[in-house]
Amino acid sequence: MNRFIFLAPVGLFAAVVIAFAAGLGRDPTKLPSTLIDKPLPKFDLPAVRPGDVGLKSGDETGEPRLLNVFASWCVSCKIEHPVLLELKARGVPIDGLDWKDEAVDGAKYLAGQGDPYRLAGNDKSGRAGIDLGVAGVPETFLVDRRGRVRYKHIGPISPEDWSGTIKPLMDRLRVEG
Amino acid sequence: MTAEIGQFALILALVLAAVQALVPLAGAWRNDPVLMAVGRSAALLQLLFVVVAFLGLMVCYLSNDFSVALVAEHSNASQPMIYRLGATWGSHEGSMLLWVLILALYGAAVALFGGALRESLQARVLAVQGLIGAAFLGFLLFTSNPFTRLSPVPLDGAELNPVLQDPGLVFHPPILYAGYVGLSIAFSFGVAALIEGRVDNSWARWVRPWVLTAWIFLTIGIAMGSLWAYYTLGWGGWWFWDPVENASLMPWLLATALLHSSLVLERRGALVSWTILLSILAFSLSLVGTFLVRSGVLTSVHAFALDARRGVYILGIIAALTGSSLALFAWRAPVLKTGALFKALSREYAITINNLLIVVATATVFLGTFYPVFMDVLHGDKISIGPPYYNLTFVPIFMLLFVLVTFGPVMNWKRDEMRLLLARVRWPAGLALVALVVGAAVFGFKHVFACAGLALGVWLIVGALVVFARRWRIGQLPAAESFSLARATPLAVWGLVIAHAGLGITTVGITCVSAWQTNKVLSMSPGQNVKLAGNTITMTAVRPVMGPNYEANRAEFDVSGPFGHRALVSERRLYPASQTTTTDAGIGVGILGNVYISVADPNPDGGLTVRMWNHPFVDWIWAGALLMAFGGAVSLADRGVRVARIERVPVRPMMAEPVTS
Repeated sequence: MNRFIFLAPVGLFAAVVIAFAAGLGRDPTKLPSTLIDKPLPKFDLPAVRPGDVGLKSGDETGEPRLLNVFASWCVSCKIEHPVLLELKARGVPIDGLDWKDEAVDGAKYLAGQGDPYRLAGNDKSGRAGIDLGVAGVPETFLVDRRGRVRYKHIGPISPEDWSGTIKPLMDRLRVEG
Repeated sequence: MTAEIGQFALILALVLAAVQALVPLAGAWRNDPVLMAVGRSAALLQLLFVVVAFLGLMVCYLSNDFSVALVAEHSNASQPMIYRLGATWGSHEGSMLLWVLILALYGAAVALFGGALRESLQARVLAVQGLIGAAFLGFLLFTSNPFTRLSPVPLDGAELNPVLQDPGLVFHPPILYAGYVGLSIAFSFGVAALIEGRVDNSWARWVRPWVLTAWIFLTIGIAMGSLWAYYTLGWGGWWFWDPVENASLMPWLLATALLHSSLVLERRGALVSWTILLSILAFSLSLVGTFLVRSGVLTSVHAFALDARRGVYILGIIAALTGSSLALFAWRAPVLKTGALFKALSREYAITINNLLIVVATATVFLGTFYPVFMDVLHGDKISIGPPYYNLTFVPIFMLLFVLVTFGPVMNWKRDEMRLLLARVRWPAGLALVALVVGAAVFGFKHVFACAGLALGVWLIVGALVVFARRWRIGQLPAAESFSLARATPLAVWGLVIAHAGLGITTVGITCVSAWQTNKVLSMSPGQNVKLAGNTITMTAVRPVMGPNYEANRAEFDVSGPFGHRALVSERRLYPASQTTTTDAGIGVGILGNVYISVADPNPDGGLTVRMWNHPFVDWIWAGALLMAFGGAVSLADRGVRVARIERVPVRPMMAEPVTS
């Protein structure tokens, strides 16, 4: 009996190590999206930029686009921002969803940091964000020409993420029927 | 050239560490004093070479040698000297090198100052230290080489993460590491004792100063980290239950338990295997703390080395070191001599309960920190755990522990009586009750929990002072005799009182800032003023300023309160090299609380978004922590004296605590 008590620590420790070893192979930043291959949920958001049209699902232009979730209070978004501006300069269509933010603050943010967005909607209540399964900002959805989510990127997009993952996917979607 | 010298020095240190791991162990086994002495020389030489490597890296940083990849990634020519110095350990590789340096320092300290130890014990302790050193020097050389060269050589480097460019943070890692790594000595002592199959009072007496040293550094390190978070993250939070904070808290908790259990072992010869187990676990949690949070298993703001290969190596080291020592424990601990028995009401018993509560609290933090990993592995669910979990688990356990803290030092060893014990704590209990009732009357019933927190603080502070009152027999003897008793008080008792009172002061701080902080967010222009918690805050000016490697928008404020005027400055800084912005909050520090102002980016109407807080008694949190560390240092000073005395008088009779009531 006594012996078993002394064995308990090593047994518990073995279990913890196994769990860590299994956890090691996983990327903790990767959250699965339940929306993959499904159409975007319905939303109709007011404009961020004054006098603009806003953003609603179903605004399909017939070409794949990025839907970037951002907020003026988000620090990582500022890190991502130059990458988005560069993508805009290369002609990549990006829509912006200003999450849990005042439209005024969002507009100020875009005026100050530069505006990479084609359309931009304000999701003050975070309701559209819930439907999209947004866990934090920034997040970016790759939406195909028929309005289905094909890929979700969590965290700021780095130039490597773009050239290594997102761009090849987008090129594939562009030629897809 | 410097980088190559550093590289060679590291390789030599690795070889020496391997020698240190093997030769003294064989020496102790064969009882060969020559082989055992090799451990001491190897430890000192290993330190020499690690110092050479560390200075080498420092020189690379100071001389802007951007051909070294690490320097190019974390420094640039415009970075101020102190942050080029701080960048030496501001990266993953550099901080590993610092870790190994401190490990070597501790090893050398055991070799130099461990003369009073039994020779075979010292040899085995050094061997275990050598093993740890070899494992981490190997990790450094094979997966995280700080001296890798870069080709082509860039003209200028990138930048040390601007958030880390802070004077406090330059010294935070060395202090915290001195704590983490200091626990390696306790680990080595524990494993060496298991190998020897012999644990006694003198073992506890030898190991305790090391645990105390590590605990002091950990206390200061954690307090510094929390203070840094408070003034840099721009909203005045001081604890976030972030994995890395938890990682430093867990070894601290177990080191605290170990300090108390080794006291029982030293004085009463009890809690033998428990103390050994704690010494193994405390360092294991340090390892988990320093490494696992960076391995990619967990996400954290501190995770600056997300690299799976490193993760595998680290996990391998932890599994090997902790796993083998726990296996050794399972094998050898049952045959260790068990200690003296004690009654259910005694100081030994109180310390045992203290230990159990601390270990349970540590387990809740461990579970909270790693639950996301376990869930992901078991179910594939991504979840995160926040403050509500800790408020429900850790906080109540700790409140219970704090209730016990006052009882422990006024209890007698071996056995005590409940009636006498309760009489001894009548002052702290009475004053705590007064605090509770007055607090509830002043602040209303909805603040009853906060008032209970205040009462707990009073209980701890007065409870610590009661130790003096009891020892000096205040009220029982004439004042002159009490005074001479006071003068004869050992430093260890001073240390105890200071540390326990510090705990009370921290408790008051945490309670007040959690319950009564107030804040305002508004857009302000120069000339405007606003009232906050009895202060009138006026924005006096906003102007751009240039720092050495940043541009800032600086807002100046005048805060006028009941105690006069003071000027505060808050800045929003942009570091162009990495396009990062940071907030430098303006903080008006006061013993009754801080005024905390942070500014955001300008608004289109010309105003500036200003967030301001009143944080009542927040500085008490860190003041209490520093007092705890100071109490530890006072106690450590006493140990030095006592160890010296033991050397002169080899046989010391077991002293019973004077029974005073």
